[in-house]
Amino acid sequence: MSLIETRNLKKSFGDHEVLSGISQHIEKGEKVVILGPSGSGKSTFLRCLNLLEEPTSGDVIFEGKKINAPKVDIDSVRQKMGMVFQQFNLFPMKTVRQNITLAPVRLRKMTQDEADERAEELLKRIGLPDKADAYPGELSGGQQQRIAIARALAMSPDLMLFDEPTSALDPEMVGEVLTIMRELAEDGMTMVVVTHEMGFAREVGSRVLFIDQGIVAEENTPDEFFNDPQNPRLRDFLSKVL
Amino acid sequence: MRWLSSIGEAFYNAWIPEKRYLAYLSGLRMTLLISLFAVMIGILIGILIAVTRVSARHSKSPLVHFLDQFARLYVTVIRGTPMIVQILIIYNLVFTSPNTNPVVVGAVCCGINSGAYVAEIIRAGIESIPIGQMEAGRSLGLSYRTTMTSIILPQAIRNILPALGNEFISLIKETSVISIIAVNDLTKMAGYVGSRTWDVIPPYVIAALFYLAMTLGLSKALGAVEKYLAKGQRK
Repeated sequence: MSLIETRNLKKSFGDHEVLSGISQHIEKGEKVVILGPSGSGKSTFLRCLNLLEEPTSGDVIFEGKKINAPKVDIDSVRQKMGMVFQQFNLFPMKTVRQNITLAPVRLRKMTQDEADERAEELLKRIGLPDKADAYPGELSGGQQQRIAIARALAMSPDLMLFDEPTSALDPEMVGEVLTIMRELAEDGMTMVVVTHEMGFAREVGSRVLFIDQGIVAEENTPDEFFNDPQNPRLRDFLSKVL
Repeated sequence: MRWLSSIGEAFYNAWIPEKRYLAYLSGLRMTLLISLFAVMIGILIGILIAVTRVSARHSKSPLVHFLDQFARLYVTVIRGTPMIVQILIIYNLVFTSPNTNPVVVGAVCCGINSGAYVAEIIRAGIESIPIGQMEAGRSLGLSYRTTMTSIILPQAIRNILPALGNEFISLIKETSVISIIAVNDLTKMAGYVGSRTWDVIPPYVIAALFYLAMTLGLSKALGAVEKYLAKGQRK
């Protein structure tokens, strides 16, 4: 059984069809990297996986259960899927510690003490052990994004979704975020990453998808994907970005 | 300009004889009571309307969308018509019994009016928070309600509060319109005094000073509250 699966997933905004039928199986432990030109639908696909966007038709199946159905408790499904956003979206009125502990405590997964301990642990892991009492506004973009990753990890998700996590960062901060993601991958986390970082896709990805005009135009191992692209649009895309 | 030459006497006449100051004080009491209850009614209506309008954005329930249509109509009508006309309609439509309590009449009329403005202030405050905050909360598995109450609203309050303060200040002033339906508020009482002394300007100036004191006091108090809230604030 795949960890998450889509069946003929379609999404339209008004008359404009963004996803034209995507069927994908993502297995436990896989690191799927999604590339594609802007406007191709790759972020929309990612956001359909945890139903931040509701698919127009097709199924999303997570851990064997169809989740885009009425009566599904989407909140409890989302507790198992962490998401990291381009704009970090930390809670500005809360300290770093509160950002990390809010969800586990409110959802009764941990007591405040347990959650605080876990926050310390996560902050150490992302290299920011002394920032627990800082507010997001006092931190750099790279630090904020690392904390956003820690916040998602605090819920111990089975799957992590990354929506262009380094696109809003100054170039010198991209590395620190990618390092955390690389370590997360080495720890065996299942990851779906929409990005423009070709180096990351090549080194960390176990599979690379090229989404173009709402469909998966090509998918392959990173080696084949970058060294022997078949689709002419992919060749064109790679010639521009590499 | 007869009154200008004997200005001190005119004000004395408007204040002291026949214990006229008691008339202002009873009018002041009425204005304060009406304002207080009108603010409470306005906040209650405003929150209900704002919640309806905000939740209609993500809800699929036909009931919510029906209520949203009603809320839009309410806001449009109230904001698009003069308060004095609204008061005359509500008063003659609802409060036809001769024994109706003037505080209730005034508070209901002004509260219904204020509710529309309060609703728009709250709605705008909530919608000023970036959508990413809601998405971040929901992506962690928090419910819409929890995300709204523990993440969105605390941020929105800071945008809402100053505008809400301004609304209350203008509400105090606008309660004076209520005097046209024979409610003995501050403006009405000043008018009574004027009709006794045959000199209307001093009593109205006195009434104006009372209004000024109330609005200044309120804006000082709101300033203090804002300062207090800003204390723990970081970007």
